[in-house]
Amino acid sequence: MNGVVTAPKGKAGQKWLMVLVVAGLSASVLLPLIQLFSKAFYDKNGLFVGWDNFITYFSTPALSQSLHNTLYISSMTTAIAVSLAFLFAYALTRSGIRGKGFYRAVALLPLFAPTMMHGIALTYLFGNQGLVTTGIFGLLPFQWDVDLYGPVGIVLAEIVYVFPQAYLILAVSLAFADYQLYEAADTLGAGHVRKLMTVTLPGVKYGIVSACFVCFTLSFTDFGAPKVVGGQFSVLATDIYKQVIGQQNMTMGATVGLLLIIPALVAFIVDRIVERKQHAAVTAKSKEYRIKANGWRDLFYTVVCLGVSGFLLLLMATVVLASFIQVWPYNLDFSLVHYDFSNVAGEGIEPLWNSIVVAVLTAVIGTCVTFVAAYAIEKSQVWKGLRQAGYFLSILPLALPGLVIGLAYIFFFNNPANPLHGLYGSLWILILANVIHFFAVGFITATTALKKLDPEFEQAAESMGIGQMKLFWRVTVPVCMPAIIEMLVYFFINAMVTISAVVFLYAADFKLASVSIVNMDDAGDIAPAAAMSVLIVVLNIIARAGAEWISARLRKRTARTEQEKGQVA
Amino acid sequence: MRKWHYPLLASFLSIAFLAGCGQAPQSQANTQGAGASQAGQQQAASGAITVYTALEDDQIKTYLESFKAKYPDVKVNIVRDSTGIITAKLLAEKDNPQADVVWGTAATSLLVLEQQGMLEGYSPKGIERVSPEFKDTKEPASWVGIDAWETAIAVNTKELEKRNLPIPRTYEDLIKPEYKGLIVMPNPASSGTGLLTVNGIMQLKGEQEGWAYLDKLHENMAIYTHSGSKPAKMAASGEYPIGISFGYRSITEKKKGAPVEVVFPTEGSGWDVEANGLIKKAQIKPEAKLFLDWAITDEAMKAYNQNYAIVSVKQDGAPLPEGYSVDPISQLVKLDLKKAAENRDKVLAEWEKRYATKSEPK
Repeated sequence: MNGVVTAPKGKAGQKWLMVLVVAGLSASVLLPLIQLFSKAFYDKNGLFVGWDNFITYFSTPALSQSLHNTLYISSMTTAIAVSLAFLFAYALTRSGIRGKGFYRAVALLPLFAPTMMHGIALTYLFGNQGLVTTGIFGLLPFQWDVDLYGPVGIVLAEIVYVFPQAYLILAVSLAFADYQLYEAADTLGAGHVRKLMTVTLPGVKYGIVSACFVCFTLSFTDFGAPKVVGGQFSVLATDIYKQVIGQQNMTMGATVGLLLIIPALVAFIVDRIVERKQHAAVTAKSKEYRIKANGWRDLFYTVVCLGVSGFLLLLMATVVLASFIQVWPYNLDFSLVHYDFSNVAGEGIEPLWNSIVVAVLTAVIGTCVTFVAAYAIEKSQVWKGLRQAGYFLSILPLALPGLVIGLAYIFFFNNPANPLHGLYGSLWILILANVIHFFAVGFITATTALKKLDPEFEQAAESMGIGQMKLFWRVTVPVCMPAIIEMLVYFFINAMVTISAVVFLYAADFKLASVSIVNMDDAGDIAPAAAMSVLIVVLNIIARAGAEWISARLRKRTARTEQEKGQVA
Repeated sequence: MRKWHYPLLASFLSIAFLAGCGQAPQSQANTQGAGASQAGQQQAASGAITVYTALEDDQIKTYLESFKAKYPDVKVNIVRDSTGIITAKLLAEKDNPQADVVWGTAATSLLVLEQQGMLEGYSPKGIERVSPEFKDTKEPASWVGIDAWETAIAVNTKELEKRNLPIPRTYEDLIKPEYKGLIVMPNPASSGTGLLTVNGIMQLKGEQEGWAYLDKLHENMAIYTHSGSKPAKMAASGEYPIGISFGYRSITEKKKGAPVEVVFPTEGSGWDVEANGLIKKAQIKPEAKLFLDWAITDEAMKAYNQNYAIVSVKQDGAPLPEGYSVDPISQLVKLDLKKAAENRDKVLAEWEKRYATKSEPK
């Protein structure tokens, strides 16, 4: 890891780097998890009680009811969201509709918002004073009361939350297809339904499985939406919060945390298996999918896409509108009063600045750490076993819900015997929790980019006696720049919207914007909570747009260099 | 592959090594900390204190202005949450208390802390001016009240007009079938307002009748909220037209222009005292005592009095805060705070058992 590592000593440097990566991940992922799991088997006073906590859990009706509720919410969300996302992704990859870029942008919009925002939007649409419920305050001849607070509200909010994820997975699956299969089916005279059942669906089955698990896990562990629109309907995520924050019952929190991790772990394992199988599906001989002209099909998918993106835009627009209205629903004058956070719960505007600080630091540190970890694991030729351990630890966070990370960190870092105890209650534990929470995706992005890098660079460098460090800075980093920018934005946006891990870890004098949204909602300051959400979304869109701009410039520069090279040749 | 466990071992060793490194600076920091606080004792009013409070967010800043003017160098870290959460947090941190001072938190909660031996007796300067029913009568006092707050019902007149319903004036009115699904109240486990309302009802009706009444009220309840403020705000926005809340919050919503009428139930209101106490810990900072002294000065009382009709040091000639139309003290039911504190756990457990399924998350 020392600045100058010459070629012969390269192996030693690699070894140190590997050890550092694995040690760091063990200390920040494995040990806290072990601590959390063991907590579930001890009582409040630290006596070992075996399965007692679980027995208590299942024999408390109010608690075990939540497990049932959560399963219901997640199944409904998964079924509806995956179906919609499939249609949407199909429309964007395999139909001839216009405006695909627009639909795609709208579909990804929910990623920029904290999940509380979807709940708030639904409140203003379908709540008792909502636009739809009251028929735009009596302007419309009809009214529609969906009985929002409870399962209806949670499922709706979760669908919005998981839709972009399902769409992304399915769009990737649908984009890869061997058109020869369709040609063969046509030759054999197969109808539309038959083609769907025998070619299309089998071709994307892994994508569908993967999307189902992701949607199930996300909605199983989400905390923001049920907090806002859950009403009296309790779910596991809010139970953990209630036990830990409301009653300071840490052992029961750990017990529920263990239950929460089960679907995520299953999803993780399935995803690993699917990942392996999917590689073989498309070969070099495959032919790209060709979209045939078909007016009726395009009309149908235009309606689907308009419907879905119209609803997503309506939600966003409603929150923006609500944040500018003086007193909903009695005084509909335009007002900026809700953007003055000084007189509501949640410590004014400061949490937004805090969030920006945390998000920027998370982005920079997270990107560096995941990139270096990916580099160490991908490029080093030493210690295969340790590399595999490192790889496993790097993608393990995929299986960890934020609430579980937050809880594990309380147990691990708030223990005075822990030498890293000093992190607790500081800004750094928030950053560490965020980096770990979003580690896997950053890591996979970096690994994919590094895999594309021709190993001949290294061989050439070695034979020319150029040090690995030099190669890293001169070649590896510049070539991976698009991926690095992608990682930066990913970390930034997620750190801005996340609530689950940080809600347990923020210090009293350092509240985050997402936490203040929850506080404001608790106190009934819904409009300022809407305003804060809008600010988060705006910042995230700016970050995303900035990244797009930089990437575009980079691409242009690369293209120019290529061209110049061509002219020279 | 054969030697894979060496690196693994090495990495664990390096964790242990990091661990070792970490320990040294920490113990150093501890000794430094001790030195700093000794210095603080000699040269008072320049440290930092952590204050736990359940006062309302929109009040704290105004209240603290006069403290900051007096002691500009003392940093006050405020930890604010609903009464139940603050109480649970304090109890959980019993062995390693983080707070130096509890400020403006229900007396019934402070009495629970006292029973647990978590409060250090301290009679702040000027305690003799505080009316006896607002403070611990022991010497030195474990807790000193600053104001009292009471049950009030925020009723949205516009929404009730739409439904052609009269404004409920009494507890008995609230259980009429026509109000089914229109009422929200705070969960007593998290909200001090929720607890004092339940206490008031128990006091008025007796235990058995009280629970029977709450059973009926439960039938009419739309949701139980986390905070005592939310019902008033929900009533103000018409989300649910009747919110069982407290005087200050209901009146504030009305002042902001919401179509709300503030009803103090004719049978009387449950109430509690917002009180201060000093947390018992190894090192009690002198600034903590300065804070407690300041918290019952006239400046502070005047600020409290802007919001609450009943403050613990009588402000002669001060007008009633806007919105309190009746004699505020006569509105309160007779209530023994000590008994309420003793029954707190029992009441909350019973409440949880009967009504938890309708409670808002948290």
